[in-house]
Amino acid sequence: MLSGRVCKLLGPALARHNHTVTLFPGDGIGPQISSSVKEIFSAADAPIEWEEHEVYPILEKDGKTRIPQPAIDSIFKNKIGLKGPMRTAIGKGHVSLNLTIRRTFGLYANVRPAKSVPGVTTPYSENGVDCVIVRENTEGEYSGIEHTVVPGVVQSVKLITRDASRNVAEYAFKYARDNNRANVVALHKANIMKMSDGMFLEQCRLVSEKYPDIKFRDMYLDSACMKIVKDPGQFDVMVMPNLYGDIFSDLTAGLIGGLGLAPSGNMGRDGLALYEAVHGTADDLVEKNKGNPTALLMSGLMMLRHLDLKAEADKIERPYST
Amino acid sequence: MLRTLVRPALSTVSKSASTISGFKSGTKYGGKTTVTLIPGDGVGPEIAESVTTLFKEMSVPVEFETIDLTKYTLNDEGAFNNAITSLKRNGVGLKGVLNRSGDFRTHNVEFRGDLDTYANVVRCMSFEGVKTHHSGIDLIAIRENTEGEYSCLEHESVSGVVECLKVITREKSMRIAKFAFDYALEHNRKKVTCIHKANIMKLSDGLFKSCCAETAKLYPSIDYDEQIVDNTCQQLVINPQQFDVMVMPTSYVTVVSNLGAGLVGGAGLVPSKSFGDDIAVFEPGARHTWMEMKGMYVANPVAMVLSSAFMLKHLMLNEAGDNLITAVKQVLNKRTCQTRDLGGNATTREMTRAIISELHELHA
Repeated sequence: MLSGRVCKLLGPALARHNHTVTLFPGDGIGPQISSSVKEIFSAADAPIEWEEHEVYPILEKDGKTRIPQPAIDSIFKNKIGLKGPMRTAIGKGHVSLNLTIRRTFGLYANVRPAKSVPGVTTPYSENGVDCVIVRENTEGEYSGIEHTVVPGVVQSVKLITRDASRNVAEYAFKYARDNNRANVVALHKANIMKMSDGMFLEQCRLVSEKYPDIKFRDMYLDSACMKIVKDPGQFDVMVMPNLYGDIFSDLTAGLIGGLGLAPSGNMGRDGLALYEAVHGTADDLVEKNKGNPTALLMSGLMMLRHLDLKAEADKIERPYST
Repeated sequence: MLRTLVRPALSTVSKSASTISGFKSGTKYGGKTTVTLIPGDGVGPEIAESVTTLFKEMSVPVEFETIDLTKYTLNDEGAFNNAITSLKRNGVGLKGVLNRSGDFRTHNVEFRGDLDTYANVVRCMSFEGVKTHHSGIDLIAIRENTEGEYSCLEHESVSGVVECLKVITREKSMRIAKFAFDYALEHNRKKVTCIHKANIMKLSDGLFKSCCAETAKLYPSIDYDEQIVDNTCQQLVINPQQFDVMVMPTSYVTVVSNLGAGLVGGAGLVPSKSFGDDIAVFEPGARHTWMEMKGMYVANPVAMVLSSAFMLKHLMLNEAGDNLITAVKQVLNKRTCQTRDLGGNATTREMTRAIISELHELHA
């Protein structure tokens, strides 16, 4: 009878398994910083093969905006990507590229870690900031549903759904567990917006019951704002609806030194993940070749860890984290 | 729900808020002005006591009409209407914070709606003696107090989908923009910044922003710029000293004023005032009742005391108001008497006594 095991592997695996990752260099300083990141990864021998694609908006006849099909196909095939900053032309009639990408790939959770960077001194360096914002990325105030009721009166709709709230809550708790984080706090204004934020909070509570190992609490947005500037060290993983997440993640980036140091990841369906630099295209820096690749690089490291390539990520991080 | 939307539009914003015209109306008996006092919930009554003690000590010609409104009496229509009537009659009020409970709308919000106190001004200023990550902050956050997200129009259109309406009107946006610039002029401020998210909410915040820009043209001596709210939050933690007067729709003030409060040392140090055309209400800037500490006299009364000092100035009792502000600053700078939020363990009453002794020194 044959046993399952044929023989023991005695030497190192000779075939290297490279991960194919889609790369969108983006606009402005995007191509320069992308090329820095590729160089660094190559120097560190990271097993990554880059598949580069250009992204630009295409305005369809039905008024919808989409990105080039090769770019879309690449992401769906590889299920992992890294994106540089992208410019949206104002007044051309199409929706922002970032929003289009979010919708195309169903990116429902945005993850923004904020960790104090050694060597970058801010008034908060002593506190040791190490928090993660998980932001609902598809609805809330950014549903884009606005209309003029009568001239001079505008109505904007904030949409909160049970499903989207539950999905982002699930991701936040899963992230906490996978990354050994002990606490999740939900930020909201359910005292004022009882139904919308109330529903969001209820879903977070329901999901927390499935994760008894993670401590869950909720906090009013105003208390959180006050506490985070007095003592940011007390915050761990935070989950919140779209607008608060947008504001808060820029706030926490400010605590550690700015958007130039802030990595970001976006989660889509079926394990699809797109990592990105959230800063702008800095067009004025292109000629001077002065764009800072740190944010894109740190997003790249988040991506490596997602791919279970922790050793490679640590190797790259070591030189600038000491 | 449509009631607020079909109110006749003002042809021009002709009547300026009571901060500019000065205090003209109100109740005066025997040389004393009557002011409505609503201590509120949580530590409200304790910090209100600080104010009444100080006013008595200073022999200020102010008489308080105290209305006991707490979360227990809030749902009593009679008690609530009584408070509104008193405020409308007296034209000036000093208020603690009402706890977040009750149905339909929270009562802080209803107050604003019924009184039409459309402009809320929160002042975040650094104090030398208070240890914080940043110093030299002196910013003013002005918010439109009656519409925006707090229009409280929510409904569940289908099960599992909730819509929350944010309403922005040209009328109210122009009104608050004019208020902000008038305020800047009156208080010798150099710059007004409009805080918005018009890149995403193009119509609503776009309308607000354009109203501010339009109004700015009428005030060439005041600098004007615009900033997207997420960048503002980042800038607040990196370089808060750059901000002067900030004007914004209602929802962003939660974040901006609380951030500002945290930056200068906490909710216990931030005063605010709300203005309507004929009414002014003074209250702590960050709306925290601190219910769990009720009755223990550990709260910092500075926010309430500073709010009352600004009220004195509004009542043209400038010397008394200025003396009170100076005394508070002295107490904070000396660091000998600090409540829990400042790192010490002085009680509310001890803090009040420290302010009194500084007042005596000023007169000596």
